[in-house]
Amino acid sequence: MEFLRPASWEEALAVKAEHPDAVPLAGGTDVMVELNFGHRRPERLLDLGRITELGEWESDGPAVRLGASVPYTRIMEALRSELPGLALAAHTVASPQIRNRGGVGGNLGTASPAGDAHPALLASGAEVEAVSTRGTRLIPIDDFYLGPKRNALAPDELIRAVRVRRAGGPQQFAKVGTRNAMVIAVCAFGLALHPESRTVRTGIGSAAPTPVRAREAEEFLTGVLEEERCWDTGRPPPPSAARRFADLCSAACSPIDDVRGTAAYRRRAVGVLARRTLGWAWQEHRGSARVTEGAA
Amino acid sequence: MMRVRLTVNGRPREADDVWEGESLLYVLRERMGLPGSKNACEQGECGSCTVRLDGVPVCACLVAAGQAEGREVVTVEGLAPEGELSAVQKAFIDAGAVQCGFCTPGLLVAADELLDREPKPADADIREALSGNLCRCTGYEKIMDAVRLAAARRSAEPEGDRA
Repeated sequence: MEFLRPASWEEALAVKAEHPDAVPLAGGTDVMVELNFGHRRPERLLDLGRITELGEWESDGPAVRLGASVPYTRIMEALRSELPGLALAAHTVASPQIRNRGGVGGNLGTASPAGDAHPALLASGAEVEAVSTRGTRLIPIDDFYLGPKRNALAPDELIRAVRVRRAGGPQQFAKVGTRNAMVIAVCAFGLALHPESRTVRTGIGSAAPTPVRAREAEEFLTGVLEEERCWDTGRPPPPSAARRFADLCSAACSPIDDVRGTAAYRRRAVGVLARRTLGWAWQEHRGSARVTEGAA
Repeated sequence: MMRVRLTVNGRPREADDVWEGESLLYVLRERMGLPGSKNACEQGECGSCTVRLDGVPVCACLVAAGQAEGREVVTVEGLAPEGELSAVQKAFIDAGAVQCGFCTPGLLVAADELLDREPKPADADIREALSGNLCRCTGYEKIMDAVRLAAARRSAEPEGDRA
């Protein structure tokens, strides 16, 4: 095995172009598990730990350009107001030790349907900045996830950053698991209200082969909020509409039975999370005092 | 195979013939004779290998040895000078927070870092800081007592007297 340690981003891209089989290593919270258990013996590891810009973020018009290796700890501490949904999701990742190392680039690279960042990215709206020596592609998050642990990256591409749309309204994230820490989601749900465009977006985790949006549910709720003049009056959507929204979110799932839960449970729980997060987000939209505390 | 140089508990150290996929934990335990950090789950679930990497608590089993090149690591062996105990270590003994002892080193490193960052933690802060450390004897209440005790003792001491 070779341990490749590029000192700059340009060098990393050159190495990846020359050796597309090199496995990128950043926080190590996925890759090292595979190495420790002998599940993977790559020819080459590509350590991205020396590339400082991957650990930084910056403002980029309506988005935050979040470096691929910004640790979850930094996201939950420093980006709570700009990216509240992602900050809440970051706080539910594993444990402090893991949050100090892992970042969104790894979540995207691994592309597990259970990755905690995905529902928040889908709900906010985001683009993945995929870079190779051939140039930069901005992949819309909706097109990024292709299957369980499969994503739209080409073999010679590395994730430089994810450009996450800055929140224009309340965002929520909720996750089902057996405890508050060290939990791989049984299922998870992200919700973002976008008052500027009078729309709603969602993200569902661990309840389909990939993270997915509940598009029919989004369209239904967006329509109700318009028809009932909820954006103008601040009134919440009628309870029957909230129930229908929850049902449509359940219907957007195509879950499996596994050790963490059954398909039926996941479908049902996603509906519950959808209704709850909608309630919390709408309360916040009306300016009530609920602060954004994550729920797991 | 490669050579890795890093600072461990304030001293420059190096290891030779390190396999490229090897973890920092393996290097510490098997190549540097520092068995305090424990090897259990090897997947970041249990926290018994917790060390500080450039000051930040991490699972040493999930850091590739090569990633630690040139960096500073503090293990449980470095919490206090040789032959002495830090406030957190003393408090774990006094509060009866050590049962089988396997999880103790990771908990000590995590608790010590918490108190550096937050000298007067609320119970919720302690629970969160230790949420990545499993004690399968389930002695969590005594562990909570120990961290509260260490916090109280550290706050009562003048800054310079801290071990």
